[in-house]
Amino acid sequence: MAWKFEAGIPLSQQIVDRLRRDVISGVYPPGSLFPTVRQLAFSASVNPNTMQKALLMLEEEGLLVTLGTQGRIVTNDTEKIELSKKQCTEAEIGAMIKRAKELSLSRDELIKFIRKGWNENE
Amino acid sequence: MNDTPVLQCKNLTKSYKLGTNVLDNFNFSVPKGKIIGLLGPNGCGKSTLLKLVSGLLVPNSGEIEICGIPRSEETNSLISYLPERTYFNSRMRVSELIDYFSDFFPDFDRELAAKMLDDLAIPKGERLRALSKGMKEKVQLVMVMSRRAKLYLLDEPIGGVDPASREYILNTIIGNYSPESSVIITTHLITDIEPVLDEFAFMGWGGTILRAGDADTVRAATGKTLDELFREVFRYAPQNT
Repeated sequence: MAWKFEAGIPLSQQIVDRLRRDVISGVYPPGSLFPTVRQLAFSASVNPNTMQKALLMLEEEGLLVTLGTQGRIVTNDTEKIELSKKQCTEAEIGAMIKRAKELSLSRDELIKFIRKGWNENE
Repeated sequence: MNDTPVLQCKNLTKSYKLGTNVLDNFNFSVPKGKIIGLLGPNGCGKSTLLKLVSGLLVPNSGEIEICGIPRSEETNSLISYLPERTYFNSRMRVSELIDYFSDFFPDFDRELAAKMLDDLAIPKGERLRALSKGMKEKVQLVMVMSRRAKLYLLDEPIGGVDPASREYILNTIIGNYSPESSVIITTHLITDIEPVLDEFAFMGWGGTILRAGDADTVRAATGKTLDELFREVFRYAPQNT
C-alpha cells in the first residue's frame, strides 16, 4: 500500500480519497481502531498537520468517529459506509460515461465494453 | 494555551557590505508545530537569516525572539541548527561525536541518534574523514535531529544525499514532529520536500517574502505544485536587446 500523489491536487484531498476508499473496501473494517495521525503521516511521508486535516474531513463525512484522546475508529454505521460507496461509484461512473461520450460511444457499446472488460478482469 | 510564536523577526536588517542589505527590514514569524519551507533563489538571504537566528551573525538592526525570549545565549539551547557546511573535526569518530553532542546538549537523545545512524548504515567507529560527503551530511543531520529543540533550522538538509536517504531523512523530520516545536527548511529540492511542508515562504532578494501561505491551500487554489509556482514567481525575464 504505497502512497502516490499527483501534482496539482491538494494533498489533503488525495489523502481523503484514498482513505475513504480504504474504509469502503474494508481495509479498515467498521468499528475498528483507525491508525493515528502520526502513523499515517509517517507511512505516507506527509506533514502530520495535513494528515490531521484529512482525518477531520473524514470525521465530518461521518466515516470516522473520534474517541477524543483514545484515537479514532471507523464508524459502526454501515449504512453510512454504503452511502459513501454509492456516491463514489456514481462519481466514477459519471466520469466514465462523460469520457465514453467524448469518444462517441453509444450506451449499448459502453455496456458491452464493460461486460467484456469485467470478465477479462475476473 | 500559549500561542507565542517559536520564531519572530522584527525589522531585521543585515548587510555584509555598506549600502547592500541582504535582509532589509525583514519581518517573519513562525508559529508552533509547523514545518516551513523557506524557498528562494541563490543569494536571496535564506542562509543569512538562519545564521542570524542561530546567532552566528549579528544583525545590523532589528529584533529576533525565540519562544518570546530575545535572542541570547539562553535561547541557543532552544535551537538546533544544521549549517550548510559541515563543521565537525574530520579526525573525530562518529561515536565520539555522539559523546560530544551529549555533553553539549542536555536535550540530545543518544539512543535516537544511534538508531538513526544504524538505519542509515553509517559505521559508528569510523572517522569522519573516511566518510563520503553524503554520509557526513547524514551524520550531521542525525545529530541535529536527535535533539529535543523548539526550533530546528535546516539549511539545505537533503542537498547532497541520495533519493532513498532523502526519503528516510524526510520521514525522520515527520517522525520527530511535535506540536511544540517548529522546523524551518531551506532547499532547492522543492518537489522532494513539498509533501512534508505545512507552509512555505518564497523569499526574494533583499529578504522580501514574495509569497507565503499554507502549502495545501495554495495547491487547491492554483492547481499547481510549489515547484511550478516557484518557477513562475522566480522566472528570469528573457533579455531582449
